[in-house]
Parts: sequence; structure tokens; C-alpha cells
Amino acid sequence: MPHVATYVRLAQHAEQALADSFRTVAEGHPQQADIFHTCRALAAMSDAHVAALEPLTRRYQEQTDAEDLEEPERLHTAGLPAIRQGQVGLLRDLQDLHLLATLVQTTWTVLAQGAQGLRDNELLQVATDSNTETSRQLSWLVTRMKAAAPQALIVAP
Amino acid sequence: MTVGMPARTGVDRVADVWGERTPHGRGTVWPARVDVYLDAGISAGAVDRWVPSACVLCSNGCGVDIAVKDGRMVGVRGRGTDVVNHGRLGPKGLYGSTPWASSAERLTRPLIRDGGRLVDADWATAMGRVVSRSKELLAAKGPLSHGFYTSGQLFLEEYYTLAVIGKAGLGTPHMDGNTRLCTATAAAALKESFGADGQPGSYTDVEHCDAIFLFGHNMPETQTVLWARVLDRTRGQDPPRVVCVDPRRTPVAVEAERTGGVHLAARVGTNLALMNGLTRELFAHGWTDQEWVTAHTVGVDELRRIVDPYTPEKTAKICGVDAADLQRAARIFGESDAVVSTVLQGFYQSHQATAAAVAVNNLHLLRGMIGRPGAGILQMNGQPTAQNNRECGADGDLPGFRNWDNQQHVRDLAELWNVDPMTIPHWAPPTNAMEIFGYAQDGSIGLLWISATNPAVSMPESARIRKILAGDQCFVVVQDLFLTETGQLADVVLPAAGWGEKTGTFTNASRTVHLSERAVNPPGQARSDLDIFLMYADAMDFRDKDGAPLIGWRTPEQAFDAWRRATAGRPVDYTGLSYQLLRGPTGIPWPVNQDTPDGTDRLYTEPVFPTDTDHCETYGHDLLTGGAVTEQEHRALAPSGRALLKGCAYTPAHEQPSGEYPLLYTTGRTVYQFHTRTKTRRSRSLNDAAPDAWVEINPDDARAYGISEGDLVRVESPRGAIQVRARVGNVMRGAVFAPFHYGFDPEQLHHEPAEGGLSTQANELTMTIWDPVSKQPYFKTAACRVSKVRGGDGPSTAPTTAASAPASVTAVPPTRGGQPTSSRVIPSPDYPNDPAGTTPPASPADMSGRS
Repeated sequence: MPHVATYVRLAQHAEQALADSFRTVAEGHPQQADIFHTCRALAAMSDAHVAALEPLTRRYQEQTDAEDLEEPERLHTAGLPAIRQGQVGLLRDLQDLHLLATLVQTTWTVLAQGAQGLRDNELLQVATDSNTETSRQLSWLVTRMKAAAPQALIVAP
Repeated sequence: MTVGMPARTGVDRVADVWGERTPHGRGTVWPARVDVYLDAGISAGAVDRWVPSACVLCSNGCGVDIAVKDGRMVGVRGRGTDVVNHGRLGPKGLYGSTPWASSAERLTRPLIRDGGRLVDADWATAMGRVVSRSKELLAAKGPLSHGFYTSGQLFLEEYYTLAVIGKAGLGTPHMDGNTRLCTATAAAALKESFGADGQPGSYTDVEHCDAIFLFGHNMPETQTVLWARVLDRTRGQDPPRVVCVDPRRTPVAVEAERTGGVHLAARVGTNLALMNGLTRELFAHGWTDQEWVTAHTVGVDELRRIVDPYTPEKTAKICGVDAADLQRAARIFGESDAVVSTVLQGFYQSHQATAAAVAVNNLHLLRGMIGRPGAGILQMNGQPTAQNNRECGADGDLPGFRNWDNQQHVRDLAELWNVDPMTIPHWAPPTNAMEIFGYAQDGSIGLLWISATNPAVSMPESARIRKILAGDQCFVVVQDLFLTETGQLADVVLPAAGWGEKTGTFTNASRTVHLSERAVNPPGQARSDLDIFLMYADAMDFRDKDGAPLIGWRTPEQAFDAWRRATAGRPVDYTGLSYQLLRGPTGIPWPVNQDTPDGTDRLYTEPVFPTDTDHCETYGHDLLTGGAVTEQEHRALAPSGRALLKGCAYTPAHEQPSGEYPLLYTTGRTVYQFHTRTKTRRSRSLNDAAPDAWVEINPDDARAYGISEGDLVRVESPRGAIQVRARVGNVMRGAVFAPFHYGFDPEQLHHEPAEGGLSTQANELTMTIWDPVSKQPYFKTAACRVSKVRGGDGPSTAPTTAASAPASVTAVPPTRGGQPTSSRVIPSPDYPNDPAGTTPPASPADMSGRS
């Protein structure tokens, strides 16, 4: 049980990092209008997951001994600190977002397994719904990378 | 065609936009009436020849005969036998079809840029420059250095030829049309719901419906003849109710009120919330056809979940409409026997475009209201040949509604063209117009070839577009009738032949194909777009796998036959059509094949949709993000001929009014002008009717800003500003409407330096932002501020006859003064496929019915 709390917090951290990174990429590539707007929409999606998880984070915190809540630092994930320039840079940024979103998705998968073991329907619901939306984020990232790749690799200045 | 009632002559169709009513009852054939315009001094008897064609001044596709006198086009006559218009023509078609052709401003020689100026050249020199640049770029960077931007004005044969050049000759995915600005969402919505493009309904649905919903569609101004068809129902016996979704009080809104329907003036940018609210009402009241939905659709549970939060109260609050009005509109949809829905730019060019247009399809699917007379969906087009751009793949898609993500579809094309499948750009979605201009901006596209369109005026954020076109980073070729605002910025300008000066086919918004025959010779050295593309292909020496010329055709008819072969087995089936068949009395709607040799009035009469994974044009997208559904996901969903119900949550528009920019800014059209006025400004009747740009402002807002009718005002957004006269009109409070037709004309500024050198071009203010699925730019959702520059010396010249009418009619003279036309009601000919059959024309008793 103590490690469920750890993973709840990991999910929260990772979603927050993903939200922030989507915003970083949005703000960093404003000349790419669709990147700017879609990344902000996807950031809002992750924000909503963090918010949905909030009551569960509190509940698991209360249920867990303080010392068990010490998360090993290496479980944490860092978001994108800054964007890269140009079409190739954008491609690479999208790859980083994809990596991060994959971590988020597998975190939700892990949590959903835990929630089923615990018969915690509330957590299961949040994990399942969020997972579905993470798939949408990943799907957009793949779509956008495929669209950007040929031009970036072959003719970009 | 000589029998029938006596002709009305001297009809001013500027004043009388929709012509005299010919009302008729539900389920009867729309009466025929032949409208004619001839230049002053030309009588019908003096016309040398009448050459069959169809009108190209909107997407309606009215059959016309072109009057030719002494080698000039001198007027037009509606074709009484044509299924599309039953002889009628609108003001644009009557007055605007021919005068441009003999304008002294026509391009008659190629131009090349030398020393910063455009100078006359011969074809060899001009095409030589294009070809040498092209070869140089291919050698240095490969085919991704080439981009093509076409139009909704070329002919099918030209689009298909260009598509083959681009996809099998060069191998570039960078090809799109200005159809991206007008009709991309129609295509996207049809693909998402039904698996492939293709208009489900028919104009004959108007005769059989008991309710008509117009979603963001100011039909009275954009498709005047179709609106005349609607009016002949609403003014006849057993009329349908009209429901109007529009932020302006358009003639549709007036008709909605008159017929006991509803006008929903949803706040600009909230269409999807409104649609979700309407959809929820269908579920809540049990107005869905559950058995049909279960048998013929997938996704109903998910859709129900998505729309569940949109209660009438919540929706009303988001959209700024009355909850009871919303419920009444839903009830009309839910309780009518046969609903026709039409959709256009108010949805397509606005926030969450594809999702909102798909929601219209959903309403019909939930009620099983598709595939029978009167129950039809018309996802409209803006332009006369937009449909062909989509079909042929000049918009980047693969020809014949093939799926670029389906390896077998790509192999089929490679076999047809006898090229390596790897040549055909299918490894990524086609590049949309907005991205093409982005690549041209950074120079990764080094050759941009623009045909029959004027992006310097029509694309959003004009200042940016002008900079891209004028810069040295990209070589720009422009092919057009006139030296447009875009042409002035080009490196090479090629003079093109226009409508009536060349032969070819095109297809209207209801899938009806017309053959347009050459009536006169093009001026000077102008050549047809087909000949220009073939000249380039010859010079580039494109070959197939066996070393034969890639393009095996020389004439329009040969190109058409090549296209027919490309459509075999696809939903867009032209195999049964030929130039010979199209020389008959009427246009013919596809699919035309062995099973349906006379064409097909409406699709999906059997509810089997082209959604099978191996057959569909797309696997679909996430409507919120545009993320692509994969082949595996599509197979798992197994639609197998069932339509897809897809939903999406409403999100606020990207730019909201703020303290600095407190008003919404939306753009649109007027009945007397088409596009950037390349043709319509050259008709005296049309130009005098709407000579200058204006903005419309609500009376309450006008009071708040101290603005009166006719005042010169400045309208600004974060991207640019315009200075034009104000019409205090019928736009909703808090919003400003600007017509997009009026280009930035340096001459005009030269004459009026007091205007401060400011543009009148509506797109100076619009945003570079597009729909995630259809990639159509959002022209209708931006924020702006308005201030008075100085008082006017009279009312603005905005037309009074339609949606731009003044809020207060005093002191604004009515718009009138069109040259005389004539109009004659004739006995109805036999209209193939018309579900009403043929009946005698409306009797005088009917004609005096409700009006």
C-alpha cells in the first residue's frame, strides 16, 4: 500500500511536468500556429488530470506513514527546460514530449493495476480516464511528428 | 423552350436578388424559369451561338448557355433543362459571368521579374525560368522544395493533370488549393462521419423536406439560386420551417421567423457548444431512432457521454442564446419527418470547425435521416470547382478519395500511373495551404506555383502573406487572368485562359458534373491552365517506369478519360460519364457507372457507408487535436459500412475579446461580389452595387462608440488594421462583421492619401490559426477594437438588400441599378432522377399562395 501513494505522487509530478512541457513547446514555437494552440490545449488536458488526482493524493497521503512517503529522487521526472530552434529542433521537442507522455501513460497503467487490486474505484476511474486522454496526446504527437519529419530532415534550412 | 408564360423583361436583379417567386407545394417539381442577361444593345436574336456551360460564380453550379456574338461572350442564359437550377441564375451569374473576359486589364503576355520590375516576356522565356528554377531545386533539395497552391476555379482535367505532375512526376506532398479556405471542412466532416468525401444529399431534398436547418450558411447571398429554390417552398403550400444559426440577422433569419422556425444567433466561436446542446436534446427527448442507430452507426454511447453536460441552460449561457429557443430548434429537428441541413462558412471558417460540421451529420444519423428525399445533408462548398480539387487530389489528398495511409490504395495509383509507389508522397499527411506558406516563409519550399487564386487578399494575416510572396527566399509563379495583388509580387506571371475560353468539366456541391465548352478564344497569348501544366510537364520530361511520357494526354477530353479510369471502384465513380453524355440537356451527378448510368441523385439510399477499413478515404481523427486514428485502431473499431458518430467537447476560441480588443471580429461575403472580386468588380452592375469595403456594427455598439452610419472607422486587431466606412446593421451585439472581398489597392490609396495609407482588406486582422482536422483557417474568430476616424458624408455603400441591410432604413437609399435581365417561366421539362417526377408548372392559383 505505501507504494500506491508513491505512484499517485509520481503520476501527479509527471502529469505536471508534461503540462509544463507542452506549454514550454507552445510558447517556444509561436510561429507554428498549430503547435502553439494544440500544445496549450493538451497542456490543459494534463492540468485536468492533475486536478482530478488531487483528492486522491490527499487521501493516500493521509493513509500513508510519513516516512513511507519519501519518494526516491530518481523516480522523479524532469520536463523540458527550454525549446530547440528550427524545424529539426521542433521535431526533437515533440520527441521529448512523446517520451514524457509515455512515462505518464505507463504510470496510469501501473496505478490502474494497483487500484484494481485495492478495489479503489475512484482511483481506477481517474487512472483509466486519464490514460485514455494520454493516448490522445500521444496520437497527436505521432501525427505531428510524421507530418514534420520529411521537410525537417530533407530540406529545412 | 419558347412556350410558357410571357417573359418579364427589364428585371433589375441587383434590386431583386432572388427573382420573382414560383411557389409550389411540397413534393412537387420546382418550376422552371429561364433567366437571361445580354449586354446592352444585344438582342437574343442577334446572338451568334449559345455555348453550353455552368456558372462558376459560386458552388451551386447552375447550368448556363454562354451567348457569343462576333467572337465575344456577351451574356448568359440559364438552362431550363438543368437539374441544378431549372433555368434560374443569380445576380453574380447573370451580371458577372462574361464582362471580365473582354476587360482591357486581362493578362495577354507572360511577365518576368527583371531588376525588381515585372516586364513582358514570351512563353519560352517565362516557362524557361520556371523550369530552370525547378530543375535547380530538384537537383539541390529534391521534390520537397516544390509547392503548388491552386484554386476552386480550375477544371477537373487541370486539377488531375497537376495532381499527377505533383505526385507521380515530382513527388511532392506540398499541394493544396484555396479550397482549404472554403470547403476543406465539408470534406473533412464527410470523411469523419461517412468514411469518404461525397455529398450525401441533393438539392431535390428542398422539395420534400418539412424543415430546413441552415448552419452558418447565409445561402441568400452565397448560393442565391438555391435560396430561390428554398423560398419557392417557404412561400408555397405546406412550407417547411426554417432554422437559422448565424450571428447576423440574415434573410435566413427573417425567413426563420416568418415560417415559425428559430433564429439562433450563437456568439461567434461557440458553434460546437450549440451543436452539443442540440444533440443532447435529441437524446433527452428520445428523438433518436435507436434501432437505426444500432444497425448503422458506431459510437453512440461515447457521443451521448460527450454531449451530456450541455444542458439547454449551460448551452444557452455559453452561446448567448435563449434556452427556450434552443429547445424549440431541437424539437423542430426531433419532430420533423424530413430535415435538410446545409452548412457553410459560419461553421467551416470558425472555431472547432470540423467538430461542429460533424455534429450536423450526427443529428441526421441519430434520427436515421439520410438517403431519402427531403432528409438530406448538404455540407456545402464555396467555389464552383472546389469539389474537383478534392476529388482529383490537387488539395494534397490522393485522387479518387484514396487513403494516403492505405498501402494498397497507393499501389493502385502507382499501377495506374506506372510509377514506383515510393514516388507517390504518402508517408505523411498532405501539406495544407497554411503549412505550405510556412515552408515558403522559411525558404524550405523554394518554388511556389499559384494558379487562379489571390492569397495576398484571401489568406489570413495579410501582412505576413505579402512578405512571404515578396521575399527572395521563395520563387513565386502566378498563373491567372489578371495581374492580381498576388501577381504583382510574383517572379513569373503566366497569362491564363478563363471560363468560356477553354473546355473542361467541373462538379458542384451536389456532385453534379457539367461540361463547359470553349465559347471564344483567350486574349493574346493566354493559354488554358491545362496547356500550361502540360507545357511544364513536357519541359521537365516526366517519365513513367518504362520511359514513356508520364502524362499521356493532350486534350481536355483525354484528361477526363484518364480521370475516369482513376475513379474505378471508388465512391467518386465517373466511369460511366463521357463528354458525349455531358453534352446532353443537364449536368449529371456522380456516381455514374454501369449500375447507375443516369447518375445518382442522393447517396446512401441504402445505409451502407464507405467506412470499411480497406475502402475508406481516412481512418479518421481526434476532432479536438487532429491526432490520426491508426489503421489498427480503425480495424478494431470495425465500422464495416456503418457511419461514425463522433463528438468533441467545446473549448473557447483561441482569441477572446479583452480590455484592449473588446469586440469579436468576423468576416464574410456579400451577394454582389465573389472572392477577391477578380471577375465581379469588372461587372458594372455588381460593382456599383457593392463598390467599397465596409464593416457592420450593432446599433448598441455604434452608440457606445459614437459611430453613425457612414462614418469612417478604424478596426484593429493584434495583427493589423483597416479603415473603412461603418454600416450600423444587423450583426449581433459585441461583434463586428467585415466582407473579405476587398483587396488592398495601392491606386485607391493614391487617390485618397487622407485615409492614412490603411488597407481595406478584412484579412489584415485575421489570425494564422486553423482547424486541427480540416486545416481550414479560422477567419471568423478574432478580437478587435473599433474607433471613429471621422464623420461620413452620407451612408456607407454597403448593400441594403440582404444581411448587410441597415438597422434603420431611413436615409439609406436601397441598392438597385442592375442592367435589365429577362425571366420566363416555362413548362417543366423532364428532370432525370427527380423524385418529384415531372408535373406541370405552378398554376396562377399556386403562385398567389402564401407570400
